[in-house]
Amino acid sequence: MTRRERTWLLVLPAAIWFLFFLVLPLTVVLVFSFGERGTAGGYVPAFTFEQYASLPSRLTAFKNTLILAPLGTLAALVIAYPLAYQLAVRTSPRWKTFLLVLVILPFWTSILIRSYAWIVILGGQGLPAILASFGLEDVRLIYTPTAVTIGIIYGYLPLMVFPIFVSLDRLDKRLLEASSDLGARPFATFRQVTLPLSVPGMATGCLLVFILLMGEFLIPALLGGGRVYFVGNALVDLFIQSRNWPFGSAMAVTLIAVMLVTVTLYMRLVGRLSARQDSASVM
Amino acid sequence: MQDDNHISRRKFMEELRRYQKGSVSRRHFLGVTGLGTAMAVMATAVPALRPRPAFAQGDIGNRVVLATWPNYHDPENFETFTDETGAFVQVNVFGSNEEMLARLLAGGSGWDVFVPTNYTISTYVDEDLIEPLDLSLLPNYDRSAFDARFADAGIIDGTVYAVPKNWGTTGFAVNTSYLGGTPITTWREFWDRTMTDFSRRTMVHDYQLTTIGNALKYFGYSFNSVDPAELADAERLLLDAKPHLFAIVSDIQPAMRSGDAWLSMAWTGDGKQLNTDHPEIAYLLGREGGELWSDYYAIPKDTQRRAAAYALINHLIDPAVNAREVLAHGYPTADARTNALLPPEMLNDPILYPAQELLDALEFAAAVTLTDPNRAELLARFKSA
Repeated sequence: MTRRERTWLLVLPAAIWFLFFLVLPLTVVLVFSFGERGTAGGYVPAFTFEQYASLPSRLTAFKNTLILAPLGTLAALVIAYPLAYQLAVRTSPRWKTFLLVLVILPFWTSILIRSYAWIVILGGQGLPAILASFGLEDVRLIYTPTAVTIGIIYGYLPLMVFPIFVSLDRLDKRLLEASSDLGARPFATFRQVTLPLSVPGMATGCLLVFILLMGEFLIPALLGGGRVYFVGNALVDLFIQSRNWPFGSAMAVTLIAVMLVTVTLYMRLVGRLSARQDSASVM
Repeated sequence: MQDDNHISRRKFMEELRRYQKGSVSRRHFLGVTGLGTAMAVMATAVPALRPRPAFAQGDIGNRVVLATWPNYHDPENFETFTDETGAFVQVNVFGSNEEMLARLLAGGSGWDVFVPTNYTISTYVDEDLIEPLDLSLLPNYDRSAFDARFADAGIIDGTVYAVPKNWGTTGFAVNTSYLGGTPITTWREFWDRTMTDFSRRTMVHDYQLTTIGNALKYFGYSFNSVDPAELADAERLLLDAKPHLFAIVSDIQPAMRSGDAWLSMAWTGDGKQLNTDHPEIAYLLGREGGELWSDYYAIPKDTQRRAAAYALINHLIDPAVNAREVLAHGYPTADARTNALLPPEMLNDPILYPAQELLDALEFAAAVTLTDPNRAELLARFKSA
């Protein structure tokens, strides 16, 4: 067996996987998106742009998603960074593993069950009742955009903590010493050394959270009480309630296109940002 | 399953080994571990765990899959079925008829028995998704025992495609402590109060049939209307009411119980269960009308376990079994033989059996509401607004 053949053999399982579970399904979605809905629902072959023409009726869903996904990502980043920093830089190795396990612990239960728990926590007998005992009367949380935001931050926080933790944990501590030897105060060291070096971790975390958030439907459905409508919710309704598979497919194709554009722009931005930092650190 | 049958992990493993070695019976094993229906899932995953004794009805296979609605059966009835036939009942729970239809349309549902509502059956027949029932395999079915009103939708052009399960109404649950002395008796009042003193305290179903239907009743239109002008009126009302809604959900019980919501669209069983635990929550029907519905047992055309499907339906419509079902879920049945076995206070319950004049105003949903694309689109616009 030549080296070339061996390479092909090794790549084959992955290639088959991609063909059957990525390329083919996406092709089906693309073909469906030009079809028509059958009388009882489903798909009838056709070639029409009608489905794409009716996309504006779901504009609100796209708008909600495009506002809440970046906001949720940003909020998760702001909360995750100090946590990851504490874990990676300030915690003794003995505690580190234990605390990291605590971060993963929620993943041992399904997100569905954890979101149901939030229904109880945010419901009238939960957090609002506690707030009322402190004099903050009539706080409404469950089935509001706030509840969805809390659910999103809660659900996605570990995904943000880990990449940042890894980038901070691998940080060369000698650079920090060098910085302080050269007279930089702790904050200046953080701003000029630690923060720039953790950009890759932040970028990965944000990308991970953002992509998953764009397709999120469970948290808005459970904690938004049907009043906070994401693209994911619109898709679920189109496929299993109105059984309009062609329109659902057109929406899915559009979502993928929107994602490709945003993610490309994002990667460019991140690339430029780290390039600037590289040149700044050289100077 | 009883919680008092708690068993330690170690004890469980010991019992499991004993069972595997054949020193205890399956029944003993299920009994001591309290596993009951949970065993169904495990057994399908680990077939070697399951001995295959002979059963009176012959071998109908080792399992049967039932697609049904939440809180709609007595789990003990499934266990007796398993004991009698050797087939485990695997239950899939669904939230809407639309979802059930979507699954069957997609193919490969894996279901053997499902529970469609009256207005969907003709569509299943048109789409060739359910099979005409062989009544010789359902000796417990006696057409004359059923109130025709709740049995007819299962019979299309003289062929029986589905046999009646339970029936009920769609009304509203209201927490009477917040009414301020002015009762709500109509759908018009339901929507008007939603936009005034019940603002941000009302819930409507995440379900086109009932939410649009009860908005149509505000104007005195038919619950089933697909007339574009009438639907446009309903849409305007829904959009006006939306900022005043607490939620658009079908699972209404948690928020009504916690006191977050005071008023909600509700089905008989939700109304009954809420009223039993919280007497201040009343279940009422709109005076203008609304929905009367009836559920059925049917068999999908692509079932892989036909004999087991018939055996399960026949078991569940046995009057004695059915009476236990009704006592567990609190939905009325149209079967006179079953009613004869039920306690009189249940048969006189005004939530289960509303006054005749209220009942007379109700309509069965029409088949067209399921397939009409405009109603589905309307609900989507309402939700995304």
